[in-house]
Amino acid sequence: MMTNARSTSSRLFHFLGSMNLAITLLVLLAIASVIGTILQQNKPYTDYEVKFGSFWFEIYRMLGLYDVYSAIWFLVILAFLILSITVCVIRYTPGILRELRHYRESAKEKSLLAMKHHAVLTTNLPNPDIQAIAQQALKSEKFRFRIANNDSHTTLAAMSGAGNRWGYWFTHLGMIVLLLGGLLDSRLPLMLAEWQGKLKPETRNIPASEVPQISRLGPQSFAYRGSVDVPEGKRANVIFLNVRDGYLVQRLPFEVEVKDFRVEHYSTGQPKSFESDIVIYDPDHKEPISTTISVNHPMIYKGTAIYQASFGDGGSEIDMRLRPFNVQYANQDVKGNIFQNYTLKASNANYQVELKDFRIFNINPVTDEKGKVHQKNMGPSLIFRLRNAAGEAIEYTNYMAPVEIEGRPYFISGVRTSPADPQRFLHIPADSNSSVDLFFNYLRKLQDNAAVRKAVTNMTQDSMKDSELSNPAMQEQVIDSMIRLTEMFASSGFEGIQQDLAQRFPKEKVEEASKAFMKVLQAALRAVYMDTLAEQGKTELTDKDWLFFDDSLAAIANLPFYGSPWYVQMTNFKHIQASGLQMTRSPGQNIVYLGSIMLTIGVFLLFYIARRRLWILIKPRDDGQSDVILAGTTNRNQKDFDHYFQGLQSAFQRALTARGA
Amino acid sequence: MSVPQEAMQEFLDKPSLLQRLKTFDWIWAALVVLGAAFVFMRYHTAMDVYEKSFLVLAVPGLVGLGWHWRSIEPYTLAVTLISLLGIWLYHGDYANAEKVFGLKYMFSSQSAIMWMSALFVLATLFYFAGLFGNSEFLEKTGSGLTWTALVMGLSGLMIRWYESYLVDPEFGHIPVSNLYEVFILFCVITGLLYLFYEQRYRNRTLGGFVLLIISAAVAFLLWYSFDRDAHKIQPLVPALKSYWMKIHVPANFIGYGAFALAAMVSVAYLIKDAAVKRAPDGWTAKRLPSLDMLDDLTYKAIALGFAFFTIATILGAMWAAEAWGGYWSWDPKETWALIVWLNYAAWLHLRFTKGWRGTTMAWWAIIGLFVTLFAFLGVNMFLSGLHSYGEL
Ligand code: HEM
Repeated sequence: MMTNARSTSSRLFHFLGSMNLAITLLVLLAIASVIGTILQQNKPYTDYEVKFGSFWFEIYRMLGLYDVYSAIWFLVILAFLILSITVCVIRYTPGILRELRHYRESAKEKSLLAMKHHAVLTTNLPNPDIQAIAQQALKSEKFRFRIANNDSHTTLAAMSGAGNRWGYWFTHLGMIVLLLGGLLDSRLPLMLAEWQGKLKPETRNIPASEVPQISRLGPQSFAYRGSVDVPEGKRANVIFLNVRDGYLVQRLPFEVEVKDFRVEHYSTGQPKSFESDIVIYDPDHKEPISTTISVNHPMIYKGTAIYQASFGDGGSEIDMRLRPFNVQYANQDVKGNIFQNYTLKASNANYQVELKDFRIFNINPVTDEKGKVHQKNMGPSLIFRLRNAAGEAIEYTNYMAPVEIEGRPYFISGVRTSPADPQRFLHIPADSNSSVDLFFNYLRKLQDNAAVRKAVTNMTQDSMKDSELSNPAMQEQVIDSMIRLTEMFASSGFEGIQQDLAQRFPKEKVEEASKAFMKVLQAALRAVYMDTLAEQGKTELTDKDWLFFDDSLAAIANLPFYGSPWYVQMTNFKHIQASGLQMTRSPGQNIVYLGSIMLTIGVFLLFYIARRRLWILIKPRDDGQSDVILAGTTNRNQKDFDHYFQGLQSAFQRALTARGA
Repeated sequence: MSVPQEAMQEFLDKPSLLQRLKTFDWIWAALVVLGAAFVFMRYHTAMDVYEKSFLVLAVPGLVGLGWHWRSIEPYTLAVTLISLLGIWLYHGDYANAEKVFGLKYMFSSQSAIMWMSALFVLATLFYFAGLFGNSEFLEKTGSGLTWTALVMGLSGLMIRWYESYLVDPEFGHIPVSNLYEVFILFCVITGLLYLFYEQRYRNRTLGGFVLLIISAAVAFLLWYSFDRDAHKIQPLVPALKSYWMKIHVPANFIGYGAFALAAMVSVAYLIKDAAVKRAPDGWTAKRLPSLDMLDDLTYKAIALGFAFFTIATILGAMWAAEAWGGYWSWDPKETWALIVWLNYAAWLHLRFTKGWRGTTMAWWAIIGLFVTLFAFLGVNMFLSGLHSYGEL
């Protein structure tokens, strides 16, 4: 029994320290690491479910593929690597020590002659002279050596390059130190607590104060790394640790206030630096501590490093004017804060307006008149979602100021139903006062049947005065159809008219009818437009006015697909920013650095110091001469050693014969 | 006791390094010291403590390198002269890049890089012509062209460094901050490493192989520059404004360069191996260096690359600790650096402790280059993460 048990454990020891296992582990770790770079880690789980379907989603989840580097199997590989290196060092160390201590002065002549590098020289010098030459040679070559005198011969056994052995220890111990240091900073304690059921990440999006106890960690945590967004003028005493698709709330031993957050810009508008003025309040200190942190310049307080990691909106105040596309309703002025939701009444239903983000700069590529692409600041924008009673939401990005496109200014609103979709844009032409007023005046007139009638009546009477068609009944018919078409266009665009025609005419007639109707419609739209401008005292229309007309029609034609009952215009804002602070407590960091330095030193010693042994065996012969056997080995760079040994050999040859001659 | 000292001294009391130095070595070292002293006197007010210590450490570092490998001495002198000439031609006005003849066609960074590109491609052709034509003259011309390309390449980087301050003093930064700049660095470092071993082994037959990968990098560089306007000098994003960048990136590229060298030598190994098996007395088998030498060179290059890649990864971790708040975040770039490193660690263990040699290891070294290439380019192209500058 005993022998059996011992052999099993020694076999296990052997296996753990084996080169095969080491190489397998290195390759395995490399392959496993690839997974986490190909599959984006720690995304919301619903994203994965959509991507893989529920069957594979579940399998991947069980395999821990959404957080590979914390998966049990990954940690097991790492643990085996630590174990393997440790066993390896334990196993090789006695041998190395022996090797460092033993000069092998008892090496037999036969084994020296069997070495790849050996030479037999003959000399008539007396033994002491040969020894003196050998000693001097070894000393000048920085070899340590021992001399053993035998009855029949004298052996000088020498070695150099002990640094190489230190290299082995430094490299592999350094690796162990590094991994253990990393372990100190790892989430292992949290994972253990989670397995024991003492800790459970929160997945709901709720304020930190409402997060239940089971998702909270006290200020005495050993190591942590998390982040928090602090609006200007506000304080934080917790950070959030992301765990898979949820988070934990980590209490800090102090409070941080962000006084001010700044982005400095280069002359080109690109950001140059992000910085925050912060104040630390700690019960242990009477005086608060003020400082400024910026990217690459963190603050370290009581072992916790505070980094400028990101920035975002901190709940900016936004003034909005909601302009309904339907004339029956009045404009509404609303005040709101980013991240808040508001319920508003529109023509047909209630909507929830969710203010998502405010951006003061929007540097985007813009094509100019010559077709060249420039980076241009498009000014402030508001991002909000409009959610209907059924819970469906559309996301809008509205720019506050008009943006020039091919020389003409537009108010731009981006639309998309899901963040994954590309944005579509509504371009509302801006009038000469840089406002949307003219567009909305025109739109309102188009929806006002009386106004349309007035405009088209004037127009038809003007144009039909001298024609033979000046038949009142006929006129009345044309005017009616103009009003009907205009109304249809104003509510459902060109698309709506086409649908209507398709219903009313047989297929082969649709095209012809559509041509005729479009002509009539165009005339009506022009008439109303001219009326709108005439009201402002403008009777002579320029090219620019007609371009505005075309742009207005294009915008109106798109309204049925816009999805919002209003155009939400940002009229004013107070920008409040939030500074994204990352806070890390990593007691293992210096241990990791120590291990890294050991590793680096070790690698250089291993690669660039060769361990070499030399033997000089002096054997007097019967004829009064002596045989001198020169032999050597090295553990690396055989080619360099070939060269070295040859030089050594010929120098010896010369020394021995020079004296002898 | 009368030991024949004289005879022993010839070999055993090798002249020490100092005894071996010639007058020129001393003059060159004096110039390095003077240059550094000049820079210090003139710019110390603009330098922080790290920059000052870099400068001080650079002096013994460069002198040691030059004394160890003499070709570095004329090389650095040539680079210095050309860089100063380029800077002088600017007369402090960036617009001169298009106006002054010497800048427009020779010494503005963009022109110098174009010269470098052309010379590298030419050198590749000469090396191969020398190999196929069995002509030492052609091969020597290849070496000469490579040296010239390297002078233009490094000078181009130096002048670009200066230009970045001319464009806007706020933009000024060492040119190792985007893909365009590091590709030039890659060409220069790989070229220098190759020439070092060319002299060491006194063998020019591998020039074409190694310069092939440099030419590939040049092709990428040209495409990137013409198609994407990548040569335009841009300001640094805040995350890159760190002194760590100055050492992290060059250390990384010594690693990449050495791995590329190893892979190309392995290609030669495979060709030679196949040739020897097919026709031991054939032309290819005779022209290429011995399998032993190729194997030895591959090993040395991978060892060098591994050592510097280790340093680079550690420096990267230290930088990450300062910029992102953690020395290791499993960011795709970091993770791929680890994958590259583990791959070569496995290679070294097989080669060194298990004594594996031959075609398997050569193939592995070539595959290693693809892994490296992915870490260097693929991550920026296909994966998103914190390292998302220098995107294609
Ligand atoms: C990530 C982990 C490891 C790293 C970075 C590492 C690194 C190195 C390096 C750079 C060398 C020098 C190779 C050469 O000279 O070409 C080496 C040698 C060696 N390694 Fe590792 N190693 C690791 C893990 C291991 C493990 C797990 C073992 C245990 C089997 C091991 C055993 C050895 C041995 C026996 C040598 C030869 C030393 C000599 O005789 O000079 N290594 N290692």
